[in-house]
Amino acid sequence: MSERIPVQEKITSQNDIIAAENRARIDAAGIFSINLMASPGAGKTSLIEQTVPRLNDRFRIGVIDGDLATSFDADRAARAGAVSVQINSASCHLDAPMVSQGLDRLDLEALDFLIVENVGNLVCPAGWQLGTHASALVASIPEGDDKPFKYPGMYRGVDVLVINKIDLIPYLAFDMDRFRQGVEALNEGVATFPLSCTTGEGIEPWLEWVMNRIAGRS
Amino acid sequence: MHELPITQSILDLALKHAAEAGGGHITDLYLVVGQLSGVVDASVQFYWDILTEDTPAEGSQLHFRHTVMEMECRECGTTFIPEEPVFICTACGSPSVKVIAGDEFRLEAIDLKPTDGSGELESDR
Repeated sequence: MSERIPVQEKITSQNDIIAAENRARIDAAGIFSINLMASPGAGKTSLIEQTVPRLNDRFRIGVIDGDLATSFDADRAARAGAVSVQINSASCHLDAPMVSQGLDRLDLEALDFLIVENVGNLVCPAGWQLGTHASALVASIPEGDDKPFKYPGMYRGVDVLVINKIDLIPYLAFDMDRFRQGVEALNEGVATFPLSCTTGEGIEPWLEWVMNRIAGRS
Repeated sequence: MHELPITQSILDLALKHAAEAGGGHITDLYLVVGQLSGVVDASVQFYWDILTEDTPAEGSQLHFRHTVMEMECRECGTTFIPEEPVFICTACGSPSVKVIAGDEFRLEAIDLKPTDGSGELESDR
């Protein structure tokens, strides 16, 4: 005879325990941290390249880069002026133990702002907490206005939304109202920053948000 | 997509709870999978059969209970299941709606067969 054992536990609970440990380490160092997610090509690394040089004189910035096979993104973050470490994740997303290894390789006391650049993917990263303070999603105009409807799990879980490549709006059939209505249904009141990493338009409000959050930590 | 690490997490969680309950052979697992979790049953099942080999969960059966994404209208309070790809209240047509169900992703229970005296597990000695 078999016996029914009640469990009622989240599948990712072991990951969440490590994520809480990561958070404790980040908090102890007085750092503000974000988990930067997006589909491939939306502009995660471009956003890092636009953000780091503009904040570098006031804050010390670290980047943990998740990439399948190359160090291209970590190299770009380093060139932009961040202290960067790369994790070749060989996975479709980063998880808390991988980020823990990345934290081991950084001098946390020497940082104010930590960006964890996730693997380019709109499905998998949403389910895995890393221990960062905020989850950020970079959407982009060429992806189309239907993405909140097609990837609700990702849009639902984020704390801040960047809409990149707004310089392309005149050339593409992107209905911003439809996009925003979908986002609002999934994630009411999420902080949203339409901007262009190419022209720099709209970057200031995003920087303000980041700086306010850094100031709130240290 | 991410079903391999997901499946490993299910196994780790089940083995932990089985050990806490005194050990034995896991025969059945009951999962609740919300639509928003993006998990594909067939893929989990595929990895399950590989990962459970030579573990106390070998040969066990996965039972999936699905929950769909449900929404509620902020204007009229109607709850509904959205017909993709639009999130519009099916009663009053308002676009002001919010998600109220579909995020679930948990292991509800496992069935555990004590190893002692069952005979089956020792039969291949």
